Amino acid sequence: MSRSFTRSPVFWPAVGLIALVVLNTAVNPAFLKITLLDGHLFGTPIDILTQGSRTMLLALGMTLVIATGGVDLSVGSVVAIAGAVCALMLQGGHSLALTIVAALAVGGAAGAVNGTLVARIGIQPIVATLILMVAGRGVAQLLAGGQVLIVKHAGFGYLANGFFLTLPVAPLLVGGLFVVTQLVVRRTAIGLFLEAVGDNETASRFAGLAAARVKILAYVFCGACAGLAGVLWAANVGAADANRSGENAELDAIFAVVVGGTALTGGRFVLAGSLLGAVLIQTLTISMYNLGISPAVAPVPKALLIVGVSLLQSDRLRRWLAGLWTRGGKGTA
Amino acid sequence: MQKLLPRLVWVAAGLFAATASLHAQAAKKQLKVGFAQTGAESAWRTANSESMKSEAAKRGIDLKFSDGQGKQENQIRAVRSFITQGVDAIVIAPIVETGWDPVLRDAKRAKIPVILTDRTIKTEDESLFACFIGSDFYEEGRMAADWLAKKTSGKGRIVELQGTPGSAPANERRKAFGDAIAKYPGLKIIDSQSGNFERSTGKVVMEALLKKHGRTIEIVYAHNDDMALGAIQAIEAAGLKPGKDIIIVSIDAIKEAVQAVVDGKINCTVECNPLFGPKVYDTIAKLVAGEKVPKKAFNKDELFDSTNAAAVIAKRQY
Repeated sequence: MSRSFTRSPVFWPAVGLIALVVLNTAVNPAFLKITLLDGHLFGTPIDILTQGSRTMLLALGMTLVIATGGVDLSVGSVVAIAGAVCALMLQGGHSLALTIVAALAVGGAAGAVNGTLVARIGIQPIVATLILMVAGRGVAQLLAGGQVLIVKHAGFGYLANGFFLTLPVAPLLVGGLFVVTQLVVRRTAIGLFLEAVGDNETASRFAGLAAARVKILAYVFCGACAGLAGVLWAANVGAADANRSGENAELDAIFAVVVGGTALTGGRFVLAGSLLGAVLIQTLTISMYNLGISPAVAPVPKALLIVGVSLLQSDRLRRWLAGLWTRGGKGTA
Repeated sequence: MQKLLPRLVWVAAGLFAATASLHAQAAKKQLKVGFAQTGAESAWRTANSESMKSEAAKRGIDLKFSDGQGKQENQIRAVRSFITQGVDAIVIAPIVETGWDPVLRDAKRAKIPVILTDRTIKTEDESLFACFIGSDFYEEGRMAADWLAKKTSGKGRIVELQGTPGSAPANERRKAFGDAIAKYPGLKIIDSQSGNFERSTGKVVMEALLKKHGRTIEIVYAHNDDMALGAIQAIEAAGLKPGKDIIIVSIDAIKEAVQAVVDGKINCTVECNPLFGPKVYDTIAKLVAGEKVPKKAFNKDELFDSTNAAAVIAKRQY
């Protein structure tokens, strides 16, 4: 029982997360404190979930793309485009529902472009999505006219900052999406299709699978997730910054996915692991502020923890370490 | 027929001389200036470009405007084309600090003065450019600190939201503020983290610091308005009143922040003025007239607080 738990792909990111929380609580005992303020929950763990919800959402879409053996570098730029679209729609007096649909559609369309380039034209995923990563920010800037667009809309802000029955809305929304996605991919054959295509595209095609269509679908889903993340990004601060929002977000998302036990080579994915990975990276960011680490050196401890968790994920290193342990144990006996 | 030809030559020569002198007069009247802008990456930059264009139109200067789209090679190409067009002066807002020497040498050979704005360059040969006109980030930080010292009578616990680590505005604004408050032992920076000059990061940092220090935070000093605006949201979410429970001092004076001063949510914002046009063209006029100009000059910045924000809000262009 315990053995199967340590073998679980979510075990090591969970260990990293617990270690981080213990360290933070040791330095600042109030780290885990949650209080009730103005009728909603208030505290650092709530912040981590609320502010981490955007990375969770990107990681959700990214997991499926990585499962097919691809990667999507353009999600950060899609966030910027979707944010600009939201701001323009709301400023133009459109309804909130239509605005969200538009953001999702823009994200999905961006994903369709990526998917077509990868699956139909056969461009390497890194190169194909790099195109939109670079060009997308230009598109966002063009939409926004080089300005930070301000959005004042109560319902829109509620999506990122609101509370439902004392609980923050954004993590509820993203958590719900995770559950739905998990059910859809695991209760139907879609998950199997994704893994088959990621594992061996040629073989799955010979087995009668529409491999290209499965891949495109994964990119469209990832793009739509990025579109929704763009909604949350703009809603969070009530402004769409085409230049800065979603900057380096693709890297955080990829890290969350990989640390959560999904293989970058494709063919295996763990949605819960990606969720945990996203929480881990957000906790890491908040830890730097909580521990008072100077921003000039903050990237170093961050990098160290990432390297550490990645190493622990490696089977070969774990076996080697386990070998050292048993040999050492025999020596003293 | 034989006499006609020399006559025609005379007429042609006369016409030519007339047009040439007209041409010379026109050239004397209308100054031609080339401006290699970095791009249009922020509201500040857009206001900066707009100032250069509108001031040129006002003064009847023929401005050749080039958008570098964030790439140095575009800027260098633009400067080369300005040289071949024979402009009277070239203005560059350099994207990066190095790699300018060859093209600046070409400009020097063509005897075209070069003015750097906003950011400076690294070069062995300082004679390659006539002068630098920029924003005094240090002075901005000092003005913010002095205002704060006066407002709080030199007492208070400060949280600093830094800009992107290593960037010139973040370095200068941090150093100036630290130097200025050193005179007041009652003013203490209790924490300092980077908000990356960005709203959402500014908000995340402020949320974390509010939980860490609780009600002991009395003052927020943000290196730019975007972070201050993000911090305000975090403070409001924590059930506190920005501007009252926590004093907020910021830099840049973008329109939204000046509005926040009017609304009482930001206490003071120091301007980082993007309207370079008048100063740049004054300098060019002097250079063309052969006068000497200082090698380094700064655009004048103002400070807005509750006493003057309402009066200027309507006129803010950016």
